[in-house]
Amino acid sequence: MKAAVMAGLAGLLFALGLGMGGMTDPAKVVGFLDIAGAWDPSLAFVMAGALGTYGLLRQLIVRRAKPVLAKDFPAPPSAMVDGRLVGGAVLFGIGWGLSGYCPGPALVSAPVGGATVLLFVGAMLVGMGVFRAWEVLRAPRTSSQPG
Amino acid sequence: MNAFLLPLLGGVLLGAGASLLLLFNGRIAGISGITAGLLTPAKADTAWRAAFVGGLAVGGVVLALVRPESFGPPVISGMGATLAAGLLVGFGTRLGSGCTSGHGVCGLARGARRSLVATLTFMAAGALTVFVTRHVLGGVS
Repeated sequence: MKAAVMAGLAGLLFALGLGMGGMTDPAKVVGFLDIAGAWDPSLAFVMAGALGTYGLLRQLIVRRAKPVLAKDFPAPPSAMVDGRLVGGAVLFGIGWGLSGYCPGPALVSAPVGGATVLLFVGAMLVGMGVFRAWEVLRAPRTSSQPG
Repeated sequence: MNAFLLPLLGGVLLGAGASLLLLFNGRIAGISGITAGLLTPAKADTAWRAAFVGGLAVGGVVLALVRPESFGPPVISGMGATLAAGLLVGFGTRLGSGCTSGHGVCGLARGARRSLVATLTFMAAGALTVFVTRHVLGGVS
């Protein structure tokens, strides 16, 4: 119960940061990706603020023996760079550039952003489901590690 | 000034949210992974995932009340383009094991080479897509 409350609070903070930073404005995101046009670099500052804050606090947090409400910190995931990683990033990048929405801002916008955002989020969940089904069909005995 | 200060502060807040999740729950704030985990039923950790995604949605409602200019209109509104973009984002983030938050913030902050490759790749693919849709095709609706 406590863990869910803290996760909810973390999600709320994350959402306020995304909104304040401008990530929930698709035109701004597309402007950031539009290097050949009127490039809008402001979203690089969101990245800088987030990386600086998380990078610093993370160093302090992982010095603890364990998280406050959980048994352990996540084990470092595999360091492997493979076709799946790159191929997935390419597909995600195309969808991101097309719409200006990555998963976080889309979920933040979902309750207030109108029909297009809802359709996007629905399609995103279907895409995740399709991946899951594809994986189960390909390798019935191994399970994926959501990260 | 304000044009850069606000994004910087937004980033700090976002980083604080990710830090909170790590400190209390011992979890990485990768939005695509957290969300996808909800699609697999009967998991012991459904509650915190649902609470985190719920927190994102509540954040959207709060923002709409106090700072409605946070939300611009969509850049695409056609059903086909919207569906295609959503499917690509959903499938792609799972295939690549992360999105802007998991790879772009948490992974990079940890110094993971894998996340650096993923982030550079999805940024390049996004920039190329914007270049093609805006400057070659003259816009996609």
